[in-house]
Amino acid sequence: MPHRQDMRFLLNDRPVTLSSVGAGDMLLDHLRLEQRLRGTKEGCAEGDCGACTVLVGRLVADRLEYEPVNACIRPLASCDGCHVVTIEHLRGHDGALHPVQQAMVDHHGSQCGFCTPGFVMALYALWMRTPHPSEHDLERALQGNLCRCTGYAPIIRAGLAMGGYGTSDPLMDERATVAQTLRDWHDGARVDVAKDGSRAILPANVDDLARVLAQHPDARIIAGATDVGLWVTKFLRDLPLAVFIGHLDELRDIQDTDDALHLGALVSYTQAHIPLRTHFPHMARYWDRIAGWQVRAMGTLGGNIANGSPIGDTPPPFIALGARLVLRHGDARRDIPLEDFFLDYGKQDLRAGEFIETVILPKPAPNTLHAAYKISKRRDEDISAVAAGFALTVENGTITGARMAFGGMAATPKRAAHAEAALTGQPFAMDSFQRAADALPQDFTPLSDMRASAEYRMRAAQNLFTRFWLDANGTPATLEDAV
Amino acid sequence: MKDTPRTDGATHQDQNHDSAIKHVTGRAEYTDDITEPADCLHAYIGTAGIAHGTIASLDLDAVRTAPGVVAVLTADDIPGRNDISPNGLNDEPVFTAGLVQFHGQPAFAVVATTRDLARRACRLAKFEYAPLPHACDIDTAEHAAYPDVTAPLTLERGLAGPALNASPHRIKGRMRVGGQDHMYLEGQIALAIPGEDDEVSLFASTQHPSEAQHMVAHALGVPANAVVINVRRIGGGFGGKETQMNLFCVIAALAAKQLGRAVKLRPDRDQDMEITGKRHDFRIDYDVGFDDQGRILAVDGVFAARCGWSSDLSGPVTDRALFHADNAYYYPDVRLKSRPIKTNTVSNTAFRGFGGPQGVIAAERMIEEIAYALGRDPLEVRRANFYRDGADVTPYHQTVEDNILTRLVDELEQSSDYQARRRAVLDWNAKDGIIRKGIALTPVKFGISFTATWYNQAGALVHVYNDGSIHLNHGGTEMGQGLYTKVAQVVAEAFQVDISRIKITKTTTEKVPNTSATAASSGSDLNGMAALNACEQIKARLVEFAATHWGVPAEAVQFRPGHVAVGGQEIRFDDLIKAAYMARIQLSAAGFYKTPEIHWDRAKGRGQPFYYFAYGAACAEVSIDTLTGETRVDRADVLHDVGRSLNPALDLGQVEGAFVQGMGWLTSEELVWDDKGRLRTHAPSTYKIPLASDRPRIFNVRLADWSENVKPTIKRSKAVGEPPFMLPISVFEAIGMAVASVADYRECPRLDAPATPERVLIAVERLRAGA
Repeated sequence: MPHRQDMRFLLNDRPVTLSSVGAGDMLLDHLRLEQRLRGTKEGCAEGDCGACTVLVGRLVADRLEYEPVNACIRPLASCDGCHVVTIEHLRGHDGALHPVQQAMVDHHGSQCGFCTPGFVMALYALWMRTPHPSEHDLERALQGNLCRCTGYAPIIRAGLAMGGYGTSDPLMDERATVAQTLRDWHDGARVDVAKDGSRAILPANVDDLARVLAQHPDARIIAGATDVGLWVTKFLRDLPLAVFIGHLDELRDIQDTDDALHLGALVSYTQAHIPLRTHFPHMARYWDRIAGWQVRAMGTLGGNIANGSPIGDTPPPFIALGARLVLRHGDARRDIPLEDFFLDYGKQDLRAGEFIETVILPKPAPNTLHAAYKISKRRDEDISAVAAGFALTVENGTITGARMAFGGMAATPKRAAHAEAALTGQPFAMDSFQRAADALPQDFTPLSDMRASAEYRMRAAQNLFTRFWLDANGTPATLEDAV
Repeated sequence: MKDTPRTDGATHQDQNHDSAIKHVTGRAEYTDDITEPADCLHAYIGTAGIAHGTIASLDLDAVRTAPGVVAVLTADDIPGRNDISPNGLNDEPVFTAGLVQFHGQPAFAVVATTRDLARRACRLAKFEYAPLPHACDIDTAEHAAYPDVTAPLTLERGLAGPALNASPHRIKGRMRVGGQDHMYLEGQIALAIPGEDDEVSLFASTQHPSEAQHMVAHALGVPANAVVINVRRIGGGFGGKETQMNLFCVIAALAAKQLGRAVKLRPDRDQDMEITGKRHDFRIDYDVGFDDQGRILAVDGVFAARCGWSSDLSGPVTDRALFHADNAYYYPDVRLKSRPIKTNTVSNTAFRGFGGPQGVIAAERMIEEIAYALGRDPLEVRRANFYRDGADVTPYHQTVEDNILTRLVDELEQSSDYQARRRAVLDWNAKDGIIRKGIALTPVKFGISFTATWYNQAGALVHVYNDGSIHLNHGGTEMGQGLYTKVAQVVAEAFQVDISRIKITKTTTEKVPNTSATAASSGSDLNGMAALNACEQIKARLVEFAATHWGVPAEAVQFRPGHVAVGGQEIRFDDLIKAAYMARIQLSAAGFYKTPEIHWDRAKGRGQPFYYFAYGAACAEVSIDTLTGETRVDRADVLHDVGRSLNPALDLGQVEGAFVQGMGWLTSEELVWDDKGRLRTHAPSTYKIPLASDRPRIFNVRLADWSENVKPTIKRSKAVGEPPFMLPISVFEAIGMAVASVADYRECPRLDAPATPERVLIAVERLRAGA
């Protein structure tokens, strides 16, 4: 297998080849400082404001797909073989404004203008897919973009109108050439670049990943970089050796078998959306409230789990569903229940050189009732104060099985053993849920922090048992359902 | 140059923001986008890690020897004054000389070859501290007998004490109102370029170039004429760059002069939020007396504010809270006191509304109290207390002469269908469900003018070049509000030429001196008039010239769209200018304006601090989830008064934007300090400003197009920046109503702000327990 000592990508309309790249070098700094493309802005350097939104295109099953990403936390090395599109490249034919830009101008969608390039790029990503979006589509697409001036109303008006400005889009015209360039570049090589003592390896494939990790068990695995990116930009942590895996399509595979959904560790939130919604309809609303589009496009299921955070959004509902993990070391694999993966705060059952290969979600058994809940200070793009997954089996009016997992309530995502016990064997009735809620303090002693107090976390978590009862009973009472 | 038959871009027309195309194409240049001079260095600030104490020792050896480091600056490196206090109280050192007064106080700066290396080097400093007890909030500071940072104010009319005692009803209460981070998308930044002798030029993100100029001059020990501040546009200000940029400008300038190289300083978002001041949070104690009809008879209020470690603008901010503690209501006997208390936190500062919102929300809380106590619709109580003939004197003894609230509120009540919707909300809540609803219609009256009377002045510089093109400059700064566009419209209107003729140029202390902050919503009022004054001077010379040149009376010379009528002739603007130039007519003028009529005697608490008032009203309907405390704004209807709008499209944008920003203040934006005095919410990951999906589900915003300023302001328009920020108090009160429904509205819910899900849930449970 060939090794390559440089990385290359297409930046707007020209190829860039770099041999000196560190693992912690971010795309945004490269654009602004090295390439002097200063239309892309830094607002927060943590992937929360969207001012740095650019599009990254890559070949997926030989098809060119563009996604919006936060350039501030997108490692430069991970752009190998990609097409990076910045605001400077967005234009209509003859240098006129692009339809999205013209709509923003006509609807007074900018005031101070600093967030505007990011909004334009996010709207452009949406326009490519959905030129005539609904308000809901727009709100979802813009969850990762903050504006402090406009109150968003004119931006939404621009988004609703953008489909009426024609289809002129030079980037779409370039697709064939761009795809061909990326195809020609695809050499199946392991990429190995370094700068100032920081080395980045992009394995050629999953077997190569296994080899790299066996050889460098202390290497930091980086998938979507939506968390590791912040270690660099905010905490200035060094990354002596990082193994980037975001390009390994084998780990993005989704297999739908009779009894389970097998999700590769690198399946992104965006990619998981439809299969999850299809097989687990209760996940649809919950999934929409995780992060913004940019982070959903970058972040992966495996990364969210491997990271071990007590406030990750995937573990609680996945644990409730009985998810299992396939962990791989070299050619050896083991299969463990997801809840057993979380040992203690910051400590996971992941051995040196081992990586998550697959997340398995068993399909729901008959007579099972599911729910997933997220509570946060701001509705969208916020870290959960409390997250919860419920799965109950009810047979002939009796609860015969209960799996309930919570995030934000303990040092790890965790099942509520006492509450589960309080429900199991009990009649499917409000009183049973009240007793389960009463048992919850035996399961958790949450902490107070800037997101919520311990008391609020407990009270709100207990109230979710009422919510579940109402939902399961066909009498949902939520803000979405109230008209 | 050609002009259109109807002047394109004149006043009272929708006109795009002058930089709209540059914004959407990424070509609008902000300070960090400017091409740096060769060998530009980068500075970063090293901060102290305790809330209160002294620095026993500071070892910077490792910092000095870190890779890329060129210099380390401390208080000893300041040739002039180590002070950036904007008010002459000299209580705000650039770098602490030993006493640490808040967690994150600047202690030194590193200058290095790259920003990354400067950031890294900062972390190598070794501090040893002798800690002192700290007080980060109002209550703790009060118990520890912390002083006021500046003299408090009392406003008094009549005798509140006896009037309260004589009132048939009396309610005392306490309300806490949270602060707010500006969260401008472009953070603080300054780029300093050293010049000859004592000169230095800066590009900075600031709302107040003249103040940055003076602070840099003081710190360098040079006269103001040696310092130039330039700013083309800033990526949001909201008050956060009225004084808070001084620190960054001064450090960049110090480094540039010491090293003889350009130096750029840009903190990261976390440091920006940890170092710079925010909206003051308040603790308000009110005592209100009223009659059976809900008419207020007397008010006694104490407004304590967390001011932080230095005075900064806390004096005028807390003053403005008192000026607005009446909002739209007449208080027959009243006493209002401010308590600008010192704390070991960032020094709180200007933020859209400048204390006014904290005053207005107190007035609305008292209305709520009365309404719940008497079992009435709060809107009835509001109407009963509006300023009216014979009851039109404010607590600061200014008479309200331009009140349009009755018409405004009547129209909004109709257009929002308030009465029917209120009944529907009551019916919904009567079903006793999990989701509760609330609705509220609240007014705003906001005083326009700086209460520092001398700030109400502005200058402009207009050149007409001999090809007929026009160069416009004034002292206001462009931060997204569209000031540059509006002033250009004034100039286009004055000369009756298309706006495309006018080159809008960056604000610089070289062209217009001694400017005031672009703040207090005054930008267009002041700079528009100054620019108009410059235009009028040039026009007068042109008229005189044309009359003489073509032998007609002066009255026969008239500016018409694209041309000048001289007697029976039509002279193209270009031709007139050419002829005037050849005749040696001066085609440049410096304009000036000062707001008339205003005066204010702070010691007596009397005067006419405001030239006029801007008005507005909003009706908001919300839903709350009584299981989690989460809220949603279902609908908001706004009717807002901007007088005769200079640019309805931009004004509408200001109103919509202010509404959502104000919603953030009152709902999801929460500042949290821990017991060590560390701010825990210092980036958008932890500090949650509204998103697109938080804006009202239905959002109807209209300008009161019939309104016209009774004062001769620029084209009879009114200021728009701040007043609409208070409209979403309607959202806050609607949330309160939804909460109160769980106890059948018998009790005022007394929510504190912001109404986070946690506060709402706690209030729901408190009311249920009491019911």
